[in-house]
Amino acid sequence: MDELMLDGNAIAGMLTEVFVVEMTTATMTCGNCGTSGAVGAMHVFRGAGIVMRCPYCDNALAKIVTDGTRMWMNFTGMQTLEITR
Amino acid sequence: MEGTTVLGRLTWQPADVTGVVAETQRVKTIAFDVPGWAGHRAGQHLDVRLTAEDGYQAERSYSIASAPNGTRVELTVVRIADGEVSPYLTDDLQPGDQIELRGPVGGYFVWEPPLGGPLLLVAGGSGVAPLMAMIRLRAAAGSDVNTRLLLSSRGWDDIIYQEELERLNGNGLTVVHTLTMSQPPGWAGYARRVDAEMLAEVAPGPAERPLVYICGPTPFVEAAAQALVHLGHQPEAIKTERFGPTGS
Amino acid sequence: MPPILSRGFRGRREDAPPGRVPPGQYVTRDFPVLSAGPTPHTPLERWDFTISGEVDEPRRWAWEEFRALPSEEITVDIHCVTKWSKLDTVWLGVRVDTLLEGIETSADYTVAFSDGGYTTNVPLEDLTGGKAWVAFSYDGEPLQPVHGGPARMLVPHLYFWKSAKWVRGLRLTAVDEPGFWETNGYHDYGDPWREQRYWGD
Repeated sequence: MDELMLDGNAIAGMLTEVFVVEMTTATMTCGNCGTSGAVGAMHVFRGAGIVMRCPYCDNALAKIVTDGTRMWMNFTGMQTLEITR
Repeated sequence: MEGTTVLGRLTWQPADVTGVVAETQRVKTIAFDVPGWAGHRAGQHLDVRLTAEDGYQAERSYSIASAPNGTRVELTVVRIADGEVSPYLTDDLQPGDQIELRGPVGGYFVWEPPLGGPLLLVAGGSGVAPLMAMIRLRAAAGSDVNTRLLLSSRGWDDIIYQEELERLNGNGLTVVHTLTMSQPPGWAGYARRVDAEMLAEVAPGPAERPLVYICGPTPFVEAAAQALVHLGHQPEAIKTERFGPTGS
Repeated sequence: MPPILSRGFRGRREDAPPGRVPPGQYVTRDFPVLSAGPTPHTPLERWDFTISGEVDEPRRWAWEEFRALPSEEITVDIHCVTKWSKLDTVWLGVRVDTLLEGIETSADYTVAFSDGGYTTNVPLEDLTGGKAWVAFSYDGEPLQPVHGGPARMLVPHLYFWKSAKWVRGLRLTAVDEPGFWETNGYHDYGDPWREQRYWGD
């Protein structure tokens, strides 16, 4: 367990700015192990960019990079993202 | 609509410092007036952005420590000695200054009276800030829902909001302290890090199905959450907010 | 709306000799830890470093074999794409040239791969000619896990995301294969002096 690790709450502002709806209560389903959980409970790492990982299998669910204007997002590790409008 | 997160303006907006109050030797609460603040829910946080004259920027997230109250927002900040942002907030900000913030954000780590209880709030150091917003909201709403706060601090003088918590103790709220590094003479309370045994004694049993909120440094949150799951609490009933290594 | 200036805010930046630091970078005395995932803890008995792909014969070194290779002390500046630079960092490492000695390849590219799944692509010529190392010591101590230990790539002339932590080998490839960050917005090459941080830079 890494003391540097955060959770989805840490990137709530960034995500909500993009998706407009509340994101920490959105549900992610892991494409690797099939576990579902709230974005707020997902593990978040800050590397060169942001990586969101499944708390059960460490699979990279999402990668996010931004230069302040452009944002690159990869969700291929996630099977489904469920948002409530 | 009940339960809907109030989405504030999701862009950076100015906030005016209205007051700075020392909570402990290293911790200050900074009060802001945020024109156009759309309100917030207890447990939410906001992002702060500082910009230097040459354009250099730094951003940090801080939990909102105050209960919803018009355009007023309070942040409780621990001064990290070599920190980039916290010493500026605790040492340099004065009433009349302006900073930028974005929020409120977060609907996951939120409590309000309709969610009911019983509540178990577990805080490591400055992790008490969002839980204090919940406690303050509970008091303002006149709720007597059974609430236990287990607050871990280094020593007596490091307890944030100590006097206010003492005043609010009662009417369904129980505050339990653990002092991990130093204890005052005659201290009869817990004197170690939060562990499974302590949680078994302090927490409502799993059969009571408490709503659990844990906030603080990542290792603290991990240990407390795992202990509660081993004690039989449902993982879905445990909400966590990790602050990273330093807890702020 | 332009950002609001924060009266008196400077941040924790050090001054640097002019021309020493690439554009857009700030000097720090800290060694910030950035990570794309949890810190792996591969026991040394199970660690190995391999060179595979477009090679006549793959190579493999167990930890003792790797540490028996000639190594050298290097003092370099490192530059992270998140804008911090650290000057005069001291490492011990094995030159990639040493690892590639005697290997026949027609490959022009490499992919460094790590425990935990991280990958990053670097042209072969950017790893050779004394430009890159597999480092096992930082600042006089064995490389700590949080900083990539037991061994990491050290490619100081490129942004530091190209210096893969927890490296386990190099795969030599005929074509460029963008890695973990290069497939998601970060520049394929990453020269700090031309400020090649993101796609299109």
